[in-house]
Parts: sequence; structure tokens; C-alpha cells
Amino acid sequence: MSLWAKHRILEKNSILLLIGVLIVIAIGGLVEIVPLFYLKSTIERVSGVRPYTPLELAGRNIYIREGCYNCHSQMIRPLRDEVERYGHYSLAAESMYDRPFQWGSKRTGPDLARVGGKYSDEWHRDHFNSPKSVVPGSIMPAYPWLARTELPYAHIENDLKVQAHLGVPYTPEMIQNAKADLRAQATTDSPDADTLVKRYPKTQARDFDGNPQRITEADALIAYLQHLGTHVDFKLYDNKANIR
Amino acid sequence: MTGGELGAGLAFAALALLSIVVAAQAHTPEYAFHAYLFAAGSVAAVFAIVNRYYARPAEPIPLEIGGKPNYNMGPVKFATVAAMIWGIAGFSVGLLAALQLAFPVLNLDIAWLTFGRIRPLHTSAVIFAFGGNVLIATSFYVVQRTSRARMVGDIAPWFVVLGYNFFIVIAGTGYLLGITQSKEYAEPEWYADLWLTVVWVVYLLVYLGTIMRRTEPHIYVANWFYLAFILTIAVLHLGNNAAIPVSLFSPKSYIVWAGVQDAMVQWWYGHNAVGFFLTAGFLGIMYYFIPKRAERPVYSYRLSIIHFWALIFLYIWAGPHHLHYTALPDWTQTLGMTFSIMLWMPSWGGMINGLMTLSGAWDKLRTDPVLRMMVVSVAFYGMSTFEGPLMSVKAVNSLSHYTDWTIGHVHSGALGWVGYISFGAIYCLVPWLWNRERLYSLKLVNWHFWISTIGIVLYISAMWVSGILQGLMWRAYTNLGFLEYSFIETVEAMHPFYVIRALGGALFVAGALIMAWNLWKTVNESAPASRPALQPAE
Repeated sequence: MSLWAKHRILEKNSILLLIGVLIVIAIGGLVEIVPLFYLKSTIERVSGVRPYTPLELAGRNIYIREGCYNCHSQMIRPLRDEVERYGHYSLAAESMYDRPFQWGSKRTGPDLARVGGKYSDEWHRDHFNSPKSVVPGSIMPAYPWLARTELPYAHIENDLKVQAHLGVPYTPEMIQNAKADLRAQATTDSPDADTLVKRYPKTQARDFDGNPQRITEADALIAYLQHLGTHVDFKLYDNKANIR
Repeated sequence: MTGGELGAGLAFAALALLSIVVAAQAHTPEYAFHAYLFAAGSVAAVFAIVNRYYARPAEPIPLEIGGKPNYNMGPVKFATVAAMIWGIAGFSVGLLAALQLAFPVLNLDIAWLTFGRIRPLHTSAVIFAFGGNVLIATSFYVVQRTSRARMVGDIAPWFVVLGYNFFIVIAGTGYLLGITQSKEYAEPEWYADLWLTVVWVVYLLVYLGTIMRRTEPHIYVANWFYLAFILTIAVLHLGNNAAIPVSLFSPKSYIVWAGVQDAMVQWWYGHNAVGFFLTAGFLGIMYYFIPKRAERPVYSYRLSIIHFWALIFLYIWAGPHHLHYTALPDWTQTLGMTFSIMLWMPSWGGMINGLMTLSGAWDKLRTDPVLRMMVVSVAFYGMSTFEGPLMSVKAVNSLSHYTDWTIGHVHSGALGWVGYISFGAIYCLVPWLWNRERLYSLKLVNWHFWISTIGIVLYISAMWVSGILQGLMWRAYTNLGFLEYSFIETVEAMHPFYVIRALGGALFVAGALIMAWNLWKTVNESAPASRPALQPAE
């Protein structure tokens, strides 16, 4: 029986055809995806990467809500011009707690993987209110409502709980203190800042939106942006350590 | 009452109750709004089922009338009309997004009108609302005709069509209200994803059941492609949207994959949304409508076998080319690139099979603008499946990635291939479904063809220039070794091309409006066909 004749068996049996398709489409995905979960070289060992603080997580969720990934990447490629423009190329470890990842696919605006600390809080505030006021040629929409809208965080510990369930190392203590940590981070000179930093090293705590009376969406989003890319100390990072 | 009516009625009643409870407890007003929509939809479904029960004759609908299959074309008609409406809406939102990039004042400082929310609305509206309805309409039509059998299911086909369009409404309003997973082309949140899963499983069952009911010994080639599309999309959808909701009362969920693994899963999904939704499904359309319209058999049966299996095997590997030079391991990137280049061959196998079907009928391109549209569509398919492998080469990708070149590439496939094969299929379908002798005006089809072709050419050439220009500006150095341009200078340089792109988009919208007018006149004013159009396929 020729191969063409054998193919007729599939053409006459819908279930066999269906199973055949399933097998053929399964192979590529299995080969490319499954090893990423067990090959140790996939995510390099670095020190400094920690889970998001409750305020940063809330800010990240605003970043997600507004669809910032449509125009901003968070993935610096190891190319000369990118490393000079944005900083050290991105490591897989730096997004290991990102659910979902926000590497993006388009740079209508610049990459944000290392935007943390690049501009002042005031700059970000002005930029959200009116991007053209700080970057005259900008085509970014304005987000004036962020500084006006109170940040809803009544259920923030649920967010941490779900992530802990998925394997993010949030301790019961972190979950319990989620609301207090969020408030502490959004307050300048908060007495609770020390315990916050103990739980989440390198956390910057201050009133980000310039309005100490309220915790707004701008507080959360600016806290998130100011932390981006600041955790790994690249003076200490050894890029040969993970090669074997 | 049949078991189906009773079961569906009870399930919708339960869903209505659940939705009302969720609406009352919802953490955000946006989520409460969606819960009320679910409640209203479920109540409407219960009413529709009960009304239908009282209105319908007691005996089941006959599978055959006078020895001929009693085709079920109601859901096909609905999906055809929905495709046209969503198409115009989706193209228009795309035009708005294009204008916002050229003139950012059009974001109007209103949350739900900002580009970040409008762009996913545009992509979902054109891919899933327009493309999805075209696929459902044509697949339900083709599977019945090529199987010579009535679609299986009594309520099920209507559930697929209405349920799918309800998903579109939830997804689209969700983006505008800020409910999104921010995973490209998989933005809808967990509850919309669950609903789509139910709809999609029923779609697969109806489709498969109809094939099983066929009176032809062979499963026609178009149905292989549709089947691969439906099955693979189900697998991809489940894999990429595996998420745990924060609470039943919250729209927010967290995806079970993180970082680099999530990136790989996302582009395994994302590229195969292109490969199976926008390619395999639409190849199904090509394999039925081009031979039918040209009145010629498919060029090569063996080529269709080879390129079918090669296409579905190779496509699934191509995802990592969206992640070149990222933190994804090199071995995965290399695999992605290698298979993307190999993918060129089965893609062109499909193109050759489509184009050569016109052997002996090339003269029809002069007289039949509908056939011309479909043939140009296949030519665009060939062009963008050549450009794709080229862009997947790492050296090329280092320039093209993150730029408008990608946007241009997507649109040569989306406007040229997917758009034109869909328009061609709808131009064929409407007279067949509404039993009309011919289209109202072939002259208007001609206008549609030329206006939108100029639009596509303006669009993709503007994006080639802006993409390559911006990519080169990013990496330009002065002779002193400094980066030559600040980022914002590269943004300002894009302005003229963004205006040209918007003009191209406007022409494409204009073409679609001409089409809608032509179809409206066809249904309402053309003479009925002298013989019933719904005959079994020869």
C-alpha cells in the first residue's frame, strides 16, 4: 500500500484524523516548553531579586490594566546600542516573579526594564498628567486620573495569597501585613518602614504622588516604576558563573 | 421538551442565579457590570429556549427533505452578518488607534479611550470578532455542504454562534473598562476564558459530529484545516490562559506560568493564533471557496496532504522567534528560528495549491472581481509567509523587533490574506445563503478591491519605511562613538509614516463600507435565484 493510500485511512476516519493532528501539534510545544521548567540554566542564579511589595504589585496591576505593554517593552537585548541606551541586558531571573511577564513586543515608547531611579517622582507625576510637559515630542496619552483616583487595596492580601499558592515566596507574615506594608511604603518617614524593608529588601518607601493625604493609583504605579530593574547589583553579577 | 432544551434551560437558569450573586458581591463595579451582562444573557437564553419550545412543531426537524439534506443555515447567516458588523467596527477602531499615534490629542484624556485600551480592542475585534465569525460561518457552511448532511445539534449551533459573540462583547467591554490579562491576543480575563472554553468545546463537538454524519466517504481537505484550527486553538487557549482568580468576586487572576516560561507559553500561543486561527482556518476557506468560485478542482491533492501535515507540524515550533535576543535560552531561540525558516515551504505549498487551482480559468480574473480578490489574497499570503521567515532570522530580527516593521508584516497578512479571503468568501456566501441570483453590483466589488488594495499598499509600505528607519536610528552611532539619536527623536521621525498609515487604514474602512452597502442591497433588492442555491456539493 502506497503512502497516499495509507493516508486515505485518515481521510475516512474523523477520530483518527483528530488524534493525528493532536500528536503532530503536541511535539513542538512539548520540546520547547517542558525543558524550560527543569533545565537549571534557564533562570540564572543572581542575588537581589525579590517578590513585589504589595504597593508595587498594585502598581504593576495598574500597568497591566492600562495596557502599557502595547508600547513599552521590559526586555533589554544584549546589543551594543540597547545596553548603552537602557543599561545591562535583562536577565531571566529579573522577571521570575512576573505573572504575567511584561517583556512586550513593541517599542513605540522606550524600554522600561531599568527605568527605576532614572527620573524623579515629580517627573513621573508631571509625565502622567501631561507627557508633553516633560517630553515635548511625546505621543503618549495623558493619565491625569491616576493621581486623582484612590488606590483600591481592600483585598490586596488575596493577591499575595494566590501568588504564594503559585510558588512566589510570600510568607504568612507578608500576607498578614500586606495592607500595613502597602500604607507604610506610600508614606514618607513611616515608622513601619524598617519592618517593610526587612521583609522586602531595597524597598523605597515615600509618598510617591506628592499628596500625603491619600494613597492614589499614581503612588502605586510610580512605586512600581521606580523599583524596575534596580534589584540586581551588576557590579557583583558574574555573567560567567552560570556557564558550564 | 428534548433533553437538550431542558439541560440548556436549567444550565442557563443556574448561570443567571450565580451571576446575580457575583454581581452583588463583586469587588469592582466593572466586574459587577459584566456579571449583570452574564445574568441578562442567561435569562434571555432561558426565554429563547422556552419560546422556541412553544413555537416549534412537535416532531424533530427532518435531516432530509425530498432526498436532499435539510441544511441548517440560520447560524451561518447570523455569523456572516456579525462578521461584517464586527469587521467594520474593528477596522474603524484600528483607524482610531492609528490616528492616536499620529495625533495623540485623540486620546482625549479619557481612560477608556487611551491607546493602551483601544489597541487590544482593535486586535481582538479584527482577529476574534471579525475573523472568528468568518471562520464559524464558513466552517459551518462548508462542513455541511461537503458532508452532505445537516449540522448536528438542535440548540448547539446557535449556542456556538451566540455564545461566541457574547464572549466578544465581554472581552471588548472589558478592555475599555480596564479588565485585561495584558497577554497579547489573550487579553480576556479568567471568566471570559472559561466561557469561551465551553463555547469552543461545543463548537468542536458540533463540527466533528457533522463530519461523522457525512454521506461522502472522504473528509474534504477544507475540513482537515478547519478541524486542526478548532482543536489546536482549544489546546493553545487552555495552555496560555491557565490562571487562578484572586476570588470568584474579582475579575483579576494570576497566570500559573511566570517570567521566561510565561513568555515562551505566550508566544507558543501567540504565534499559533496566527498559525491556526489566521492561517489554517483561512486555508480551509481557500480550499472550498476558490475551487467553487473558479469552477476548477483543487490543483494537487498530494500537495494538499503534504503541506497540511508539514504546516501544522512546523508552525507550533515557530513561537520563540518573537523572543530573539531576550532572556529566553538560546537553544529555544535557535529552534524557533530554524523551524520558522522551514515553515516557508509548506506555506508556499498552500499558496501554490491555491493559485494553480486557477489553471485554465485565469481569464476569470478579468471578469470576476470576487475571484480576483481571493487570488490576490493568496498572493498576499505568499508574500507575508516569505517575509515572516526572513524576519525570524536573528540578524534581521535584531533590527526589525520592537519596530513598526512587525506591525506592517502582520497587516500584510491580516489585511491582504485574511481580509481578502474573508471578503471573497462573504461575497460568495451572501447570495448563496439568501438565495439570490447574484451580487447586487460587481462594479462595487471592483471599487472595494481597488480602494482597499491602495489602502493596504500605503499601510504596509509606510510601516516598512518607519520600521526600518526607526530600527536604524536606534542603533546609529556618531563618529565619536556616541548614540546618534535620543529615543524621542526616533519617535518624532515616525510622524509622516503614521499619517500615511492612517490614510491607508481609512481607505480599507471605506472599502468595507462599500462592501456592506453592496451586501445590504443584494439581500434586499436582488432578484431571487431561479433555482434553489442550496444544492449538495458536486
